[in-house]
Amino acid sequence: MKKTYKIEVDCANCANKMEDAAKKVPGVADVTVNFMTQKMIVDFSEGADPASTMKQVVSACKKVEDDCEIYL
Amino acid sequence: MNKKQKKILIRIIISAALLIILHFIPVSGIPRFLLYLIPYGVIGYDILKKAWKGILNRQVFDENFLMAVATLGALALGLLKTGDYEEAVAVMLFYQIGELFQSYAVGKSRRNISELMDIRPDYANIEDADGNLTRVDPDEVAIGTVIVINPGEKVPLDGIVENGKSSLNTSALTGESVPRDVGPGDEIFSGCINMNSVLRIRTTKEFGESTVSKVLDLVENASSRKSKSENFISRFARWYTPAVVCCALALALLPPLVRLLMSLPPEWGEWIYRALTFLVISCPCALVISIPLTFFAGIGGAGKEGILVKGSNYLEALSKTGTVVFDKTGTLTMGVFDVVDVHHSSLDRQALLEYAALAECASSHPIGMSIKKAWGKPLDMSRVGKVEEIGGNGVVVEIDGRQVAAGNSRLMRSLSVEPIECRTAGTIVHMAINGEYAGHFVIADVVKPDAKEAIAALKRSGVRRTVMLTGDGKAVAEQVAAELGIDQVWSNLLPGDKVTKVEELLAEKPEKEMLAFVGDGINDAPVLGRADLGIAMGAMGSDAAIEAADVVLMDDNPLKISKSIRIARKCMRIVYQNIILALCVKAVCLVLGALGIANMWLAVFADVGVMIIAVLNAIRALFVSKL
Repeated sequence: MKKTYKIEVDCANCANKMEDAAKKVPGVADVTVNFMTQKMIVDFSEGADPASTMKQVVSACKKVEDDCEIYL
Repeated sequence: MNKKQKKILIRIIISAALLIILHFIPVSGIPRFLLYLIPYGVIGYDILKKAWKGILNRQVFDENFLMAVATLGALALGLLKTGDYEEAVAVMLFYQIGELFQSYAVGKSRRNISELMDIRPDYANIEDADGNLTRVDPDEVAIGTVIVINPGEKVPLDGIVENGKSSLNTSALTGESVPRDVGPGDEIFSGCINMNSVLRIRTTKEFGESTVSKVLDLVENASSRKSKSENFISRFARWYTPAVVCCALALALLPPLVRLLMSLPPEWGEWIYRALTFLVISCPCALVISIPLTFFAGIGGAGKEGILVKGSNYLEALSKTGTVVFDKTGTLTMGVFDVVDVHHSSLDRQALLEYAALAECASSHPIGMSIKKAWGKPLDMSRVGKVEEIGGNGVVVEIDGRQVAAGNSRLMRSLSVEPIECRTAGTIVHMAINGEYAGHFVIADVVKPDAKEAIAALKRSGVRRTVMLTGDGKAVAEQVAAELGIDQVWSNLLPGDKVTKVEELLAEKPEKEMLAFVGDGINDAPVLGRADLGIAMGAMGSDAAIEAADVVLMDDNPLKISKSIRIARKCMRIVYQNIILALCVKAVCLVLGALGIANMWLAVFADVGVMIIAVLNAIRALFVSKL
């Protein structure tokens, strides 16, 4: 299942780092962070609960880039 | 500028002003150090804070950390040795100016590109019983609702014209500036602009399924499909920064230790300064920002021309196109039959055409339709008497009391008329009047006016090989190919054969070259999917084509194929320019820094200056209308 979230991030390298960090969260099959359109497309693995998974994604992203925002 | 950017701008101005004032205040020693801490704190407090948080989160190699270490190191050197604090403040100041510029420029170009594709309609007008219009969200309009579109408004949903006649400006979707005339019964697509009079249309799709939503969705998601060069850069960024930091560490420690061993003065300050310069250069931002921005601008620019590229990876593939395979019907030819010639006519051409049109008056066969269309005037049906259809061969009709036969040579021979065979390729309709041969019509699928120029343009833009695949007969296919200058042609192909042929061609071509297949997207979806790059033409309103293709040309002008290749080439040129520029400048500055020739000012240029140049260069990819 794929979901798109609006994000706010200032630098392109930070977006790359967010992508890497989010990919490592359990329950996430794949992530694409689109810096240009300020969107994060998360592909959840089967059986994962999007709400709780996204909470982990947010904290993982905050860890690598304090200044980012993900609108759930 | 947003709030965040304004705040940084104010901080930059304050700290720059303080820096200039301090330059003229003659204090020394500790008070001087403390005074310089004020502008440093103003400009750099958030960087220091982020760096600290980064350390807590074990994200050591981010640029905040690097800048913090470099400037704090420079301050410490100033305190212990040189008494020069200006450099540390200035480096931080320039870094912030660069960041501000980057976020401003990127934000601005992002908005510009989005505006280019701003075809999203804001409302739909619904008419109540009294003729009053209410504006509603297009999302809320159900299928089958009649909506009113006033002149100057965007068509909010796909539909069929109920009443009204007008011209539509389709340029936002197709890049085509000639308006399209529509009247009752015509299908129209959302995203066009109604130009001159009120139209009432019955909607056929929900907003989410309408053309405009599909197109917007496609463009917005396009830059999410990353190209090889983008992936290369993000992999590169991952090892570049740590590598430079390790070099910096080595630079700070090894030479002084070696000098100590050789019982020379160690010069710690000098080597640490050089190491700090390294840290300033080590941020990979110029590369990381400029590559996706270039692709984004390229995709936006192409979109404005009515060329939708579904991803950066396809733009990259497009630039490497070496072979273009065409489906004939609908791409190089119009896909409609037309009377192209009249031969051996014993009557006046118009008179013969009128007879033929009368003979075919009841026909719904494409050939019959094309004859009626060529005549183009109303038919006086009272002149037509008995009509006899002779299965698959033609018709024999009584017109004005004469027996008129129209059909193939078999029909002629059955009426014991000897037809004159035609050497032109196409479908031939022979005519006989009262048992006398009266000439024949050549009916063919008409080649698009720009097709020949399009093939020539492809050759000019570096396509090595052009191939045409068609289900038509050999004679027709070869004639069209010769006329257009196509290198190779395969005829009499069934749809399944086309896939096999494309697979053969894929196996023949060199590894690095891409093979593009151009089709009308209606019945060639499997071939579009099989080729390296599927290009669908005339796709406005055709969901199947938009789904199946990698590149979608909204109108059916074949010249757009070479144009899209040129856009892709320009975009890739800019990508490579930026990669080479950034890498070379950084490499040179690293070497100069290690040798002690470059100071931190040059290092800041290597970081911020290169990024600014790369961003400005990236935006050039947006300007493609003259290509």
